[in-house]
Amino acid sequence: MLSFIGRSVVQKTITLFFVSIVSFLIIHLAPGSPSQVDPMNPKFTPEMVERFQKEFHLDKPLYIQYIYFYQDLFTGKTVSWKDNQSVLKKIWERFLNSLPLFVVGTLITWTLSFPVGIRSAIFRGGIYDRSATFISYVLISIPGFFFAYVLIIFVVTYFHVPVIGMETFGIGDAPATYLFMDRIWHLVLPSMLGATGGIAVLSRYVRSQMLEVEGQDYIRTARAKGLPAEQVHYKHALRNALLPFVTMFGLILPGLIGGSVIIESIFSWPGMGRMAYEAVLARDYPIILTVNFVSAVLVLAGTFISDLLYLVVDPRIRL
Amino acid sequence: MTHDRPLLCVENLKVYFQSNGARAHAVDGISFEVREKETVCIVGESGCGKTVSALSILGLIPTPPGEIVDGQIIFSGQNLINLDEKAMQKIRGNHISMVFQEPLTSLNPVFTIGDQIGEAVRTHQQIDTEALFQYCVQLLNDVGIPSPKQRINDYPHQLSGGQRQRVMIAMALACDPDLIIADEPTTALDVTVQAQILALLRSIQKKRSMSVLYISHDLGVVSAIADRIYVMYAGIMVEQGNTDQIFRSARHPYTQGLLASLPSPSKRGKRLHSIPGTVPNPAYKPKGCPFHPRCRQKILSCQQEYPGMCDYGEGHLARCPVLFKPKGYPG
Ligand SMILES: Nc1ncnc2c1ncn2[C@@H]1O[C@H](COP(=O)(O)OP(=O)(O)O)[C@@H](O)[C@H]1O
Ligand code: SF4
Ligand SMILES: [Mg+2]
Repeated sequence: MLSFIGRSVVQKTITLFFVSIVSFLIIHLAPGSPSQVDPMNPKFTPEMVERFQKEFHLDKPLYIQYIYFYQDLFTGKTVSWKDNQSVLKKIWERFLNSLPLFVVGTLITWTLSFPVGIRSAIFRGGIYDRSATFISYVLISIPGFFFAYVLIIFVVTYFHVPVIGMETFGIGDAPATYLFMDRIWHLVLPSMLGATGGIAVLSRYVRSQMLEVEGQDYIRTARAKGLPAEQVHYKHALRNALLPFVTMFGLILPGLIGGSVIIESIFSWPGMGRMAYEAVLARDYPIILTVNFVSAVLVLAGTFISDLLYLVVDPRIRL
Repeated sequence: MTHDRPLLCVENLKVYFQSNGARAHAVDGISFEVREKETVCIVGESGCGKTVSALSILGLIPTPPGEIVDGQIIFSGQNLINLDEKAMQKIRGNHISMVFQEPLTSLNPVFTIGDQIGEAVRTHQQIDTEALFQYCVQLLNDVGIPSPKQRINDYPHQLSGGQRQRVMIAMALACDPDLIIADEPTTALDVTVQAQILALLRSIQKKRSMSVLYISHDLGVVSAIADRIYVMYAGIMVEQGNTDQIFRSARHPYTQGLLASLPSPSKRGKRLHSIPGTVPNPAYKPKGCPFHPRCRQKILSCQQEYPGMCDYGEGHLARCPVLFKPKGYPG
């Protein structure tokens, strides 16, 4: 067990090292350069460009830049090129903003997908299954942004509820309960929208997993023992059908940092996704690279957690 | 050895499968009975409909695509075909239990064998945890699992094939059923293990005086345990009789073919006979006698008509009206 953990940590550290090199190269070799050092930019004089290049080591060879960058990152000194703010602090603030959206969205997705998928599989071919299938495909095929605009118009027109941003503008000194409710209202719609696509896809996947397990020999054995249908489905079948989702559970982790660019943009939500997107447009390398590095860490941590969870839930896997 | 009171009586059972296009007549009007304390074997090549027949008894035919379209399954005076799901659950595992062909895939990989055996008991009986544990250990001991107190916490993948099948048998015995259906329980095992499992089944049957319905594609296996034998071909019964009648004076060309393909000391070194051709697809069975494309003794009328069983007396029946005309058979 300990050796498994040790081996895994070493492997993942090596992977992380290569990821850091590759992402660094991709960002720096991509065409275009930050506006601050663009000679065509009339806002900056050649002296300013030169000073900027010096300050951020842009005049050094790439591998030196690489070392400087990760040195700064690990000592927490990286700053954004745009406003000289600490990158880690910026990311942390944005992360706190994205977190509720992510948590609520994920909770909605997982709590709805499983019952829907399982029920569809148990009553396959029935009216419930067919409606669920139909709705899933509708939700999968409608683009999220279109759906979002339709919903916003609907909610604003009929419920007169403001839905843009994290809170209603200029609400600062309202009573606490009112503030809280306002936050909740602002949270509900973007989370639900973020979840719809996920529910449609995940419930399909749950259904197919469950269907596959229901066809196994041991399900027939369970029935041959005289077990009631609920026990056959919810104990013998479900326990096996859930195994692959343990892997997925670890893979949600990176979603923490990605956020949803589209949803955050539509709802003017000051989250991680939007920050990363804006950083890409501004070629703010420190932010892009840091976000990149943190997501790589989260992906690797996620797979590590999945591996550990698998060990716990599947008795066939032993070290 | 045989006892005359029938425990299970299947009459004119028809099970059809509707897959896209043609309807597969997997079981096409079979009748057989199992008496109390008797071991009855159903023998036939793969694809004859043996498993489907067994599953129908427990009401486990996947519907759709399968459907029991006709017939009766009388068990202890009760027609199982009319029973609702709840009543059927009381019979499964409790009065009739089943041992399946593939011991690996038939056990749930994520539960311990103790869990799975105990569950069979708790489904039908009130029993406290300590007593249940003792009883499961006892069952594992009865089926010959060494150091059962430790093994009881094992998962199926930790056991060998033979041990898994012993666990399946322990599970089937859990509620002391009246009838055990064993569907090719040794087919997936190697030969020495086969013999052990067979011996185990036989000793359990004697000790507990239960009835056993043993299904196999191998007449050789059957000779060791059967009181009576039914030979099945393409969804119908083609011959039935006690073990002596089948082995000494088989009447049907199919049974004779199966017998001729058995290895024996006198045939050592020679090439074994095998029946040419294969079992017909149950959706496209030939007209007349379904065996005629493979039968060396067929006559022209075999392709057109196929009358019922002919009685040779003393419970020996065969369904080949051509070769061995019984007394009073017209023509
Ligand atoms: N689930 C099923 N769906 C469709 N057809 C089936 C199914 N199960 C059995 N059959 C049909 O029944 C026939 C007999 O199958 P089976 O009883 O398993 O044969 P045996 O056990 O004698 O080898 C098969 O050839 C197949 O055509
Ligand atoms: S009825 Fe004809 S074809 Fe069928 S087994 Fe008898 S002789 Fe052969
Ligand atoms: Mg079979």
